[in-house]
Amino acid sequence: MGTIIFCERLTKRYGSGDKAVDAVNGLDLAVETGECFGLLGPNGAGKTTTVEILEGLLNPTTGRVELFGVAWGRGRDDEIRQRMGMTLQDSRFHEKLSCLEILTLFRSFYRDGLQPEDALNLVSLGEKAKAWVRNLSGGQRQRLAVAVALVGDPDLIFLDEPTTGLDPQARRQFWDVIGDLKSRGRTILLTTHYMDEAELLCDRVAVVDHGRIIAQDSPRNLISRFAGENIVEFSVNSNGSNGIPVASDFADLDEVSQCQTDSEGFSMTASQVHIAIPALLERVSERGWRLNRLTTRHANLEDVFVTLTGRHLRDE
Amino acid sequence: MNSHHPIVQLILANIRGYLREPEAIFWTYGFPLLMVVGLGIAFDTSKPNPVLVDVVQGPGSGRIIEALSGNDFFRIHPESEADAMQRLRRNRTQIVAKLDSRGVCEYYFDPSNPDARTARAALDDALQKAWGRQDPLSVNDRRQTVPGARYVDFLVPGLIGMNLMGGGMWGVGFMLVDMRIKKLLKRMLGTPMKRPQLLLATIGTRAVFFIPEMFVLLLTAHWIFGVPVQGSIVDIVIIALIGSLSFAGLGLLAASRAQRIESITGILNLTMFPMWLCSGIFFSADRFPAAMQPFVQALPLTQLINALRAVILEGVALPSQTLPILVLTAWGGVSFLLALKLFRWN
Repeated sequence: MGTIIFCERLTKRYGSGDKAVDAVNGLDLAVETGECFGLLGPNGAGKTTTVEILEGLLNPTTGRVELFGVAWGRGRDDEIRQRMGMTLQDSRFHEKLSCLEILTLFRSFYRDGLQPEDALNLVSLGEKAKAWVRNLSGGQRQRLAVAVALVGDPDLIFLDEPTTGLDPQARRQFWDVIGDLKSRGRTILLTTHYMDEAELLCDRVAVVDHGRIIAQDSPRNLISRFAGENIVEFSVNSNGSNGIPVASDFADLDEVSQCQTDSEGFSMTASQVHIAIPALLERVSERGWRLNRLTTRHANLEDVFVTLTGRHLRDE
Repeated sequence: MNSHHPIVQLILANIRGYLREPEAIFWTYGFPLLMVVGLGIAFDTSKPNPVLVDVVQGPGSGRIIEALSGNDFFRIHPESEADAMQRLRRNRTQIVAKLDSRGVCEYYFDPSNPDARTARAALDDALQKAWGRQDPLSVNDRRQTVPGARYVDFLVPGLIGMNLMGGGMWGVGFMLVDMRIKKLLKRMLGTPMKRPQLLLATIGTRAVFFIPEMFVLLLTAHWIFGVPVQGSIVDIVIIALIGSLSFAGLGLLAASRAQRIESITGILNLTMFPMWLCSGIFFSADRFPAAMQPFVQALPLTQLINALRAVILEGVALPSQTLPILVLTAWGGVSFLLALKLFRWN
């Protein structure tokens, strides 16, 4: 075990003067060997900029980056590149080359690596070896991109928004590929704005907003720390004579840690549903209100993000 | 270099990608071929073009027509004066002849048009003889239209040069900008591939494609029009290769910053325009005024076409073409080095 990705006080500023934008704003990160680490955040949070700095494709404005204990630009870049693979958010390959031809091309850049056919089999594209890229579906193209990332048999793999734009079935196939990589002990850093993906695939997740990490832990710990165990969503009708219900009317119920107004009513965080719900029902009837809707669900990373920022992941 | 070397694989990928684009193949091979055939027929010099003469109908027109008939050097139209003048204005005839009642012949023609001046001289000569002029010097005309001195012979090396320029600049420029747009350049930067390898492979691809681009034109012109190949094939290939690499370097430089297809199209057209105009593809570059010659001769296409014409048409040996080769190498080398510095991968 050891730290594979390390960065400290990373910043990236675009433009200057009044128009300067800080895409990354003091970001610290440490990813350990064999870990699947997720950067979770809305579009524009600085995930891609961060990843491209880590990959050595962009220079940071300030800060320190080390991969495998080696910093970029010290004459040892080749050594790092030989050991890493990546998919970019939206790179496309030659439309009129076959999958096998593309893998053979990329394989030639690495000293050691997989047979191109084997890389295709890893992502279940063996049957498409001779098919041209332009005849692949979106999900197949994405898996081809992963095969290209794997053909140098890397220890570290960067996946930037790997499932954006894929249909649910293609996403599940993709998750299988990542699960397989994890079981082979590869270190993976992936960015996503899908909370279910991060929750399912990642050992640890960093929530990124406005170019910095606002929370970092395993998905389970993040959820229990910031979102409680359960979310109770409900809406209430009042006939007007008993006052309009507001969130603070429910925040003091037993086992409830907080209550917020959401678009269709209220959303309440509760550690023990079997105590919180009877308390809620009692409060509603006490005030002469009527309960319109009541659902409960387990809290997820989206709730963590809402708790931390007051915004939804996909607001932007 | 084994077949798994990155440069070999990059060149292979380029060649495959190119051969799978039917449109690209037409523009590289079909279009120049159509041009050589079309222009070869239009400027066919095996028979001289006749002189077009309109004769104004009137008392003396019969005599003029009689004097010129039987001479297939003239094509005669008897017309009314108004019609003849209109035909002259519309360039349907080169000269109008009108014999008036006093026995004076008037020629109407545009002296700024060389064809019309030739027509006047030929017509006057024929009429003076018919009216009884005796020439003190006896002469014999011997027509010479040998292969090697015709317009089509002049044209073919020019078109080969133009084709190598277009292939080099479009081929390299477009491919790289397309890869930049697809973020494929950035993706490759994330691999251990060395940056100069990609640029060398792009230029190396041209070192493969120039061979068919040149030979298709040269051989077709040779078979259809009998365009002679006086010099050694090896010398021709060497000059074409150097020219091709030089333009590939320029294409690389043109593509080093462009982010969009529109901008690379503009840059390439702007770069090639002075060469289309001044480098002697369709007429000799020597026709430009002396003050412009340093500029004209410094253009890589001028030097490439000069060298190709010298070797193909005159059969001179390679060592005499040191200057063109140096100029081409300088353009290619400086462009490549600049492109290495300026090239934008992201």
